[in-house]
Amino acid sequence: MTVDDRFTREFRQEPPAGTRNEVIAGPVSDWASDFSHLEPEWAADPYPIQDDLRARCPIAHTDRFGGGWLPTRYEDIASIAYDTERFSSRSIIMSNYRPPAEIAPVGAVPPISSDPPFHHDARKLLLPAFTKKEVARREEATRAFCHSLIDSFEGAEVVDAARDYAQHIPMRVIADMLGFPPEDGPRFRRFVESALEGVNLPPEERLARMDELFDYLYAQIRNHVADPRDDLTTYLIDVELYGRKLEPAHVAGTIALLLIAGIDTTWSAIGASLWHLAKTPADRERLVAEPGLLPTALEEFLRAYAPVTMARLVKEDMHWRGVDMKADDWVLLSFPAANRDPGQFDRADEVIIDREINRHAAFGLGIHRCVGSHLARMELRVALEVWLERVPVFGLADPSAVTWAPGQVRGPRTLPVRIG
Amino acid sequence: MKVTIDPQRCQGHGRCYDLAPELFGEDDEGYGRVLGDGVVPPGEERAARVAAANCPERAIDLAEEA
Repeated sequence: MTVDDRFTREFRQEPPAGTRNEVIAGPVSDWASDFSHLEPEWAADPYPIQDDLRARCPIAHTDRFGGGWLPTRYEDIASIAYDTERFSSRSIIMSNYRPPAEIAPVGAVPPISSDPPFHHDARKLLLPAFTKKEVARREEATRAFCHSLIDSFEGAEVVDAARDYAQHIPMRVIADMLGFPPEDGPRFRRFVESALEGVNLPPEERLARMDELFDYLYAQIRNHVADPRDDLTTYLIDVELYGRKLEPAHVAGTIALLLIAGIDTTWSAIGASLWHLAKTPADRERLVAEPGLLPTALEEFLRAYAPVTMARLVKEDMHWRGVDMKADDWVLLSFPAANRDPGQFDRADEVIIDREINRHAAFGLGIHRCVGSHLARMELRVALEVWLERVPVFGLADPSAVTWAPGQVRGPRTLPVRIG
Repeated sequence: MKVTIDPQRCQGHGRCYDLAPELFGEDDEGYGRVLGDGVVPPGEERAARVAAANCPERAIDLAEEA
């Protein structure tokens, strides 16, 4: 038997050279021609901006990030999500760095960064672990963990529903699935913030922070090579694709994806739902009285407060629905904007917790449908069930103190609520 | 009424087997599958319509034959 030395430090690949552009930050002059999802105005409330753009300039542009587009109509967003021929996923976070074309079709964090046909095969490796049936096995432990978080509120009149509740739930669930130490949660939070909110940091700092993430992941992977366990990390170390084990960068990249995307998205969805209920007593009271409505309400929270926006890179220069896209232009794929398109949804700007027909795109459309959607739905449902059971009466302690994450994953990061 | 799933469109969102578990199930990768022959039993027509109307990929077809 040979030793699995794929993950030793010496074999770490250098990050591929790509193209960089100057960081442009600061107030937006015109959202139609200078948009930025990293500015405070967007983080605080992007919906009026998106609604305005949809009405007057449905495919907005920016020169920031080296050039990019922001479609706000459902039909345009759906078309791009389905069009993997003309739009590449080789980078899915719009930043000031574009990885080289050679990184396709695998990308840095497969399968979300992968293009067909490789995408299908890399994704297939993950699907069985994330079915509804498989994630149901984690429901009991998730529920017990949510109860333990509420137990810790004992005696408090005001708690932070984002910091003290929402963030911990997906951190614990994904740490368990990957076989990582649960006490590493604060590190995970830093990794998430670096990957998704640190987009406009100086490039050296952004790279250093990504190195820190991958140093941590390779240490965890080596620990699993030495001490295999029944978890996703050991599974990815051992699994074969095309008759051989995965490239080390594929293993580490997929784990990075599961860790980052598994945490901040669900944290945001739980937080946004609690924010809505804290400021909407009628909906809160109705859900307390009718717990059976929660699965329907939850879909409406996902529609109205969809946390995730993806990005694509244009493959070749082209004229597309009235605009001239250039090769390597970014496209920000705003599922939140799609979900509030009045052309697709009745009363799109209202939160209707018993909305029965709700064909929302919170988990994306097409081949990149969120692989963790069943897990996210389970966590969101259990988190809200436990909260409403234990804390049926609550409200915003200070609406002006609520803060939202900027960037492509949006949710409350500070959410003081009065519970006593 | 008969339901079918277009496997070319289904991406495994699972709305159908959430909303109409008598009519749809999931396969080992989470993709939707029609249970039995897809003929909708009496009383399940509404569930079938709700499931079809909630599929994000429009992968469910309802044939309303007599």
